[in-house]
Amino acid sequence: MSNAPSVLVIGGGSTGCGIVRDLAMRGLDVTLVEKGNLTHGTTGRMHGLLHSGGRYAVSDQSSARECIAENRVLRRIATHCVEMTGGLFVQRPEDTDEYFERKLEGCRECGIPAEVLSAEEAREIEPHLAADIERAIRVPDGAVDPFRLCVANAADAVDHGARVETHAEVTDVLVEDGEVVGVEVEHAAGEGPFVHGEAGEREEIYADHVINATGAWAGQIGEMAGVDVAVRPSKGVMTIMNVRQVDTVINRCKPKGDADIVVPHETTCILGTTDVEVDDPEDYPEEGWEVDLMIDTLSELVPMLSEARTIRSFWGVRPLYEPPEVGSDDPTDITRDFFLLDHDDRDDLPGLTSIVGGKLTTYRLMAERIADHVCDRLGVDAECRTAEEPLPGSEDFSVLRDWMDEFGLRSPVGRRSAERLGSRIDEVIGEWDGPNPTVCECEAVTRAEIHDAIDGAGSELNAVRLRTRASMGNCQGAFCCHRMANELVPEYDEAVARDALDDLYQERWTGERHALWGQQLSQAMLKHLLHATTMNRDADPAASDEPVDFGAFDAGPGTVSTADDGRESGVTTDDAVADGGTSGGSDADS
Amino acid sequence: MPIRDDVVVIGGGLAGSMAALSAAESGAGVRLISHKKSTLRQASGLIDVLGAVDGDAPIADPFAALDRLPEEHPYRVVGAEGIREGLRRFDDVVGDRYLGSHTDRNALVPTHGGTIKPTARYPVSVAPGLASAAEDTLLVGFRGLTDFDPVAAAAHLEAAGVPFDVDGAVVEFPIQFRDDARTTRFAKAIDEDQEDVRDRLAGTVAAGIDGHDRVGFPAMLGDDHGTAVREYLEDRLGVAVFQIPTGPPSLLGMQLEDQLIDALERAEVRLSTGNPAVGYEAEDGRLTAVTVDRRGQEVPYHATEFVLATGGLVGKGIDSDRESVSEPLFGCHVPHPEDRYEWSESEAFGDHAFARFGVVPDDDLRPTDADSAVHFPNLRAAGGVLGGADVAREKSAAGVSIATGTYAGRRAGEEVAQ
Repeated sequence: MSNAPSVLVIGGGSTGCGIVRDLAMRGLDVTLVEKGNLTHGTTGRMHGLLHSGGRYAVSDQSSARECIAENRVLRRIATHCVEMTGGLFVQRPEDTDEYFERKLEGCRECGIPAEVLSAEEAREIEPHLAADIERAIRVPDGAVDPFRLCVANAADAVDHGARVETHAEVTDVLVEDGEVVGVEVEHAAGEGPFVHGEAGEREEIYADHVINATGAWAGQIGEMAGVDVAVRPSKGVMTIMNVRQVDTVINRCKPKGDADIVVPHETTCILGTTDVEVDDPEDYPEEGWEVDLMIDTLSELVPMLSEARTIRSFWGVRPLYEPPEVGSDDPTDITRDFFLLDHDDRDDLPGLTSIVGGKLTTYRLMAERIADHVCDRLGVDAECRTAEEPLPGSEDFSVLRDWMDEFGLRSPVGRRSAERLGSRIDEVIGEWDGPNPTVCECEAVTRAEIHDAIDGAGSELNAVRLRTRASMGNCQGAFCCHRMANELVPEYDEAVARDALDDLYQERWTGERHALWGQQLSQAMLKHLLHATTMNRDADPAASDEPVDFGAFDAGPGTVSTADDGRESGVTTDDAVADGGTSGGSDADS
Repeated sequence: MPIRDDVVVIGGGLAGSMAALSAAESGAGVRLISHKKSTLRQASGLIDVLGAVDGDAPIADPFAALDRLPEEHPYRVVGAEGIREGLRRFDDVVGDRYLGSHTDRNALVPTHGGTIKPTARYPVSVAPGLASAAEDTLLVGFRGLTDFDPVAAAAHLEAAGVPFDVDGAVVEFPIQFRDDARTTRFAKAIDEDQEDVRDRLAGTVAAGIDGHDRVGFPAMLGDDHGTAVREYLEDRLGVAVFQIPTGPPSLLGMQLEDQLIDALERAEVRLSTGNPAVGYEAEDGRLTAVTVDRRGQEVPYHATEFVLATGGLVGKGIDSDRESVSEPLFGCHVPHPEDRYEWSESEAFGDHAFARFGVVPDDDLRPTDADSAVHFPNLRAAGGVLGGADVAREKSAAGVSIATGTYAGRRAGEEVAQ
C-alpha cells in the first residue's frame, strides 16, 4: 500500500477525469468513483466545441483568455481527441456592426487570433453559408471528442496507479468528528474490469480528502455531506445531422441567444443549443420545439439545414454556478467560469472540496487548480505536469501513414481508426490477430477496436460505443448493435450480451425518437423491421417466462411433431386439407 | 402514340408483383412501374402471415388469430379467404422452392439473431433447420463475419427453450478475403466453387458434426447453384444442411425477388423500371394516367385500373416531414397524430403509431380521404402503403403484401373485364 496521501474524486466527467490524472501524476493515491459510465453526465452530452475563447470575448474575457490558452494546450497533449476545424463568427444583415467590431476587438484583447473575412472569403471556406451573410471573423475554434478525452485521462491515471471505478454511485458522504473522511458507494451491475464489487454491494472508501466534481449533481453530494452547493442546472438541446454540412464551427455573431452554433463533429454536425434552467438534472422535459428551433434558426446561417436529415437529438445539463450574492435571473447571464468551494473555509467542514461551473475546454486547468489546492491542503509539494505530457494515444500522432497497406483495411476505414486511436493504432489494430472486419459501417469501426473497447470497458456496450463511435452513425445501430453484442461472446455469457444489446438498442432509440420524420423515420422503420421482424427480438421467447409449445408448430412437411405431453398437435401432409390448410402449392410450377 | 394498358401497378416489391400477377391472370394487359430496387433485399425471404397479436407470441395458427386484429387492419378487408388466395398464388410463383403450404400452422425458424420466428412459408433451404423440429443442431459461422455469431445464436436458442441441443462453431472460411468482405462475396465463392471451396468447407465442418442431426449456416450457401451446394454438403457431412435467414444484404430476399421477376415475365407483365412515378392525370374523378419522370420528361402511363404498391416508410410509399405524414404520389389521406412526438413510443419495441402509418382502404382496398370518400374509384392500394397493420411486431409484412396485392390485382382485373 502506498503511503501517499489519498484523495477520492467523485464524478467521471472531464473535470473528474482530469483531476484524477493530475493527482495520480503527482504521486498521490487517488480513486475516482462515477455512478454511470465515464462522461455519463454533462461531459457526454455537450456539442464537442473546443472553444477558441471567441464566444466569450465580449461578455467574459477572463474565460476567453483561459479558453485560448487551454485550446493550445489540448492541441498539444490531446491531438487524437481534437480536430482543428477553425471557426467563423458570421454576421447576418440584422446583426449589428457594433457587436461585430466589439467581438473582433475582444478577441484581440484576449490574444485570440482573429481575422475578418468578406462574405466571399467566408463562402470560399463554407460554400453552404447563407447568400445574405455579410462577413465573418475567423478564429481557432475546433471540435473535441469528450469521450475519447475522458477515457484517455482515466487510462493515464490508471497507468499512474489510480483506481477508476465506474458504476459506483455515491450513497453517502462519510463524516466523522466534523470532517469528511470518505464515501459509501453502491456498485451496479455490468461486467468488466472497472467493476470491482458485486452488483448491489456497498463499499466504504476512506480518503484524506474528497473532491466533489459532479457538476450539475454537486448539490446532491453537498446535501449528503450537509453543505449547501447551489448549482443551477440549465438544460440545452443538441441536434445531430447525418453529414457535415459545414467543416468549420459556425457561430452567429450576435450577443447570447439560442440556436447559434453548428459544430462539425466526426461524420456529423451538431446544432446547438438552448439554455433553460431546470430543477432536477436527471428529470426535465425534452421538447420538440427545442429541436425545431435549432433547425429553423440555424437555417438562417446554413439554409440547407432546413431540409437536411437529422439522426437524433440529446439534451445536456450545464452545471452553472454563481456566488449566491449575484442572483442572476436568466441562466444565460450566469458566468461560465468555474468555482472552487473549499468547504472547510466556507462551511467549517474539512476534508471536502467542490468544483462547479466551468466548461470542457478548460477542464485541465480546473483540474490543475483543484489539484494544487488539495496538494496544498495535504502538504504535498508536487508540480503539475498535465500541460506538457501528452495523453495516451497522442504521443506520436500521425495519420499520414498508409493504413490500408499496413493493416489491410480500406483507406477510409483505416484512416478513421487512426484518427480515433492516434498513436495507439499499432497496439490496437497492428497487434490484432485474425480477420478484422468492419462491425459498424457508418462509423467505420473494426472488430479490433471493438475488442479494445471491451477490454477497457467490459460488457457494457454503451461504454464500447462511447470509446469507438460504433452505432452512432446514420443507421443509429440498425445494422451494428447486434454485431457489437456478438463480439462479447464467448468472453461473456450470451445472457450478458443480450442484456447489453437491449440496453444499447434502447439508448440509441431514446435519442433517435427526436429525429423521427423524413429519411430518419424511414431508417427507423427499417431498423424496427430488422430487429422486430427479421430477428424477432421484440417477442423473444428467451426473454419470456412463458415456455413455447414447440410441438404446436409446423416442423416441416411429412413430419409429425408432438408436444411435451405427448399430444399430437402438429399436422402431417395428409392432414393438411382437414386442418383447413392449403395443398398442391407447387402445381402451377410443375 | 400514348402508352396504354388495362392495369398499371406502381411498385415492384412483393405487393406490386403479386398485384400484377393477379391482374394478369384475369387476362388484363398489365404494366408494372418500379423505380428502385425493391426492399426485398432487406427482408429475410420468409413469408410471415401472422406471428404475434397484442403481445401474445409466437402464434401457432395465424388464421385462428385473425379476429383478434384491430378493425382497421388490412386483413379485415381481404379476410381469411383473401389471405389463402394470396398464399395460393404465392405458392404458384415460387413452386417447389418454398415449403409450408401443407399446413395452416406457422413454423418456427431460427433467426440470425438467435431467436426464433413464426412464419408461414420458408425456402426449402431453410426447412431442415426449423426450430419446431426436434433435431440436435450445429450452427456454423465464419470468423470474418460479424452479422451472425454461431456461439451466441446457439446459446440464445437454448435460452429460448428449443427442444433439442444446439452448439455453435466458428470456423475459418477456406478462402481469405479482404477483412471487410460482404456476405455476397462469400456466397459467390461458394456458388462458383472458387478454389475448391465447397470441398474445403466440408472438410472444415466435418470434424465438428459429432452426433448432430443437422448443420446450419448463415444464408450464403450459393445463389444460382444453391441446391447443388446443399446437396454436396449434405452428402459430405452425412446430415441435413440448412440456411439461417439474415439481414441485408439478404440472399434469400434477393432470390425471392428474382423468382417474382421470372413470374412477371412469364405472365407477360410489361415492366418499366428505373424511373420514378411522380404524378398523375385524372378526369371526372377517375384516374386516367400515372406520370413517370424519364430523365426530366414526364411521360403518362394510361390505364383503366391502377394499383398503388409503393411500400411504406422504408420503400418511401409513405413520406413525412416535421409536421405531417403523406402519401406523396396521389396525396391520399394518411391519418397520424398531430404532434410528431406521438408518432412513436419511448420503448424501442413499443406500440409505435408510425409503424401503422399508411392509407386507409375502403372495403375494396381503395384509399379513402379524411371524410371516408373514395380517393379514386379505380385506384386500389396494396402492401406497405396500407395503414393499420404493425407488420413488424405482428410478423405479418409479407402476408399483408401478398394478400392485399393479390386481392387488389384481381379486383383491378375484374373491373377491366366488365
